[in-house]
Amino acid sequence: MSALPQTEPVPLIEARNVTRILPGVVPTTLVHDINMTVGDNEFVAITGHSGSGKSSLLYLLGLLDMPTTGEVLIRSRATANMDEAERALTRLTLIGFVFQFHFLLPEFTVLDNVMLPMRALGHLSNETMRERARALLTSLGLADHMQKRPDQLSGGQRQRVAVARALANEPPLILADEPTGSLDSHASEQVFEVLRDLVERQGKTVVAVTHDLSLASRMDRQIELMDGAIVGNEAMRASG
Amino acid sequence: MSLILDIAWTHVRARVRQTGFAVAGVATGVGFSIMMAALMQGSQDDFTQRLVNTLPHITVTDERRTPPLQPAQRYFDAAEIHNLTPQARRPGIKNPLATIAALDAWLPGRVAPSVKVQAIIRYANRDVAVTVTGIDPRREAQVSDLPKQMRGATLKALYRTNNAIILGDRLPEKIGTRIGANITLQTSQGARITAQVVGFFHTGVRQQDEGTAYVLTKTGQILAQQTGLINELHIRLNDPLQSRAVAARVENDTGYKSVSWEEAYEDLLSTFLIRNIIVYAVVGAILLVASFGTYNIISTITHEKARDIAIMKSLGLTEFTVRSIFVLEALIIGLVGALAGFVLGYLLCRALGAVRITNPFIDSNYLPLAYTYVHYLLAGVVALVSSVAAGYQPARKAARGNPVEIIRGAT
Repeated sequence: MSALPQTEPVPLIEARNVTRILPGVVPTTLVHDINMTVGDNEFVAITGHSGSGKSSLLYLLGLLDMPTTGEVLIRSRATANMDEAERALTRLTLIGFVFQFHFLLPEFTVLDNVMLPMRALGHLSNETMRERARALLTSLGLADHMQKRPDQLSGGQRQRVAVARALANEPPLILADEPTGSLDSHASEQVFEVLRDLVERQGKTVVAVTHDLSLASRMDRQIELMDGAIVGNEAMRASG
Repeated sequence: MSLILDIAWTHVRARVRQTGFAVAGVATGVGFSIMMAALMQGSQDDFTQRLVNTLPHITVTDERRTPPLQPAQRYFDAAEIHNLTPQARRPGIKNPLATIAALDAWLPGRVAPSVKVQAIIRYANRDVAVTVTGIDPRREAQVSDLPKQMRGATLKALYRTNNAIILGDRLPEKIGTRIGANITLQTSQGARITAQVVGFFHTGVRQQDEGTAYVLTKTGQILAQQTGLINELHIRLNDPLQSRAVAARVENDTGYKSVSWEEAYEDLLSTFLIRNIIVYAVVGAILLVASFGTYNIISTITHEKARDIAIMKSLGLTEFTVRSIFVLEALIIGLVGALAGFVLGYLLCRALGAVRITNPFIDSNYLPLAYTYVHYLLAGVVALVSSVAAGYQPARKAARGNPVEIIRGAT
């Protein structure tokens, strides 16, 4: 009697031979032949020098951009043939974005900003959305700032609001582009702890672009890019 | 509130000054469009009303549309005969009383007989050519507004003396006559009578007021030198807009030429069409210019909000949703602008309606304005459509933008 074949865990997100070339008079290669996988409950850093293709790779993984060749798979599902609405729905339900600058809608309150992805999805009642947004903001230490507008908050607070917004639809994957890049060291540490908490306590997967090698060294894995290609992919510590 | 409406409303509300200018642009366009339409239609309606009221709705004359066959043509149709003098016909409508009775039986209105004669008034060494109409005052009162148009006397004054005459009130300016004056009437056939002025009338149409006079039928027949002559029937309908159809039937029944007021003023009425085209072209141009304001504000908002658009798309909002937000903003501007324009248009109409003005050809104390919901509806719909059209292009462009380019630019 033969043994049952051992099944490999399905990666949450996978890049297969992904290349992105910006067309133009002189075409620019942003990333070249990227092969990588990110599993559930991982805290992955993408590092590299400025212009190495870190953010471009993140946008490709987050379906904000399309590869020129190769493909990105989410839960083993190819995304190349998705239409605009399908890609939007995938982002809305499976991916949360956190950018270097908070990118909150300035005319809306903190609470409204966090509710925005839930309202766009439209699956929950108004009261449920409000309760979930309040709970998220409270868990991130922003209970007293819900009715404020973004310009009434500090940089660290805004970034935490952005994290709360990214978590609004409870996506399994958080993509963060230099989430601490515009913050001072204290606020950076706060935001980093929030992200690590997402992985360790809530079981999320976080892929964060950073040029801060000390932060990257505290993550589970570090993927290093140079000139658009992966030059290093090493585990930094045992995942949690 | 839906997400789309919430974001759209927040955007337009957050830019009070810019939105205010765009709304003011639409409101001005709508307001002035309504005012122009009201003015144009008002003056047109007023003019038409005067035409309708000044003349009989249908005038039946003793002429025929096509000349009757002459005896030579009737009996010798195979032969071609030249230089024959047509058989003279006795002027006037044959058997007028029977004709009137027949018309009275079915006509949706009233009919009155009259005698029309061209004559010259001579008074104080001045000669003025006029159309003298002999009427039966009792019947004429049923077919025209002449009793209401009398000044200083009533139609019954025609019975006051032999050969009494009522003149248009612009004639005294020409010949210097006044009530009680004796004037001489002379026709081209040589008939000559002396008549006493017993009153004046005022229609408001200059042509009528300086070239028409009324006498009794009997006096008209004396001037025409034909006893019992009736050469015109005046018809007033319950519904003036039926005049064409009724005139056709009268002509068919009697054989005499029946001219409706619409036919009589066909040239004039046809100019209204051209005028309306000009008016609506101008109104369209005003609203088009207003829509540029909307285009400008939506373009500005989408440009300023490029980063927010990119963020919304990165969160998972579709192109359709993003586009809808900005189209809705244009719609809000158009809607608020249209509502403000309705108020502005109404106030402009009231202000114009208070302006006293005198036209040298048609007397009018105030500018005539037509108040109808159609103008508001039309201007409102055009404003909304043009606003949405103006907002669609920048909205589409913004929604189709690549969020990555904008996010990279922002960082």
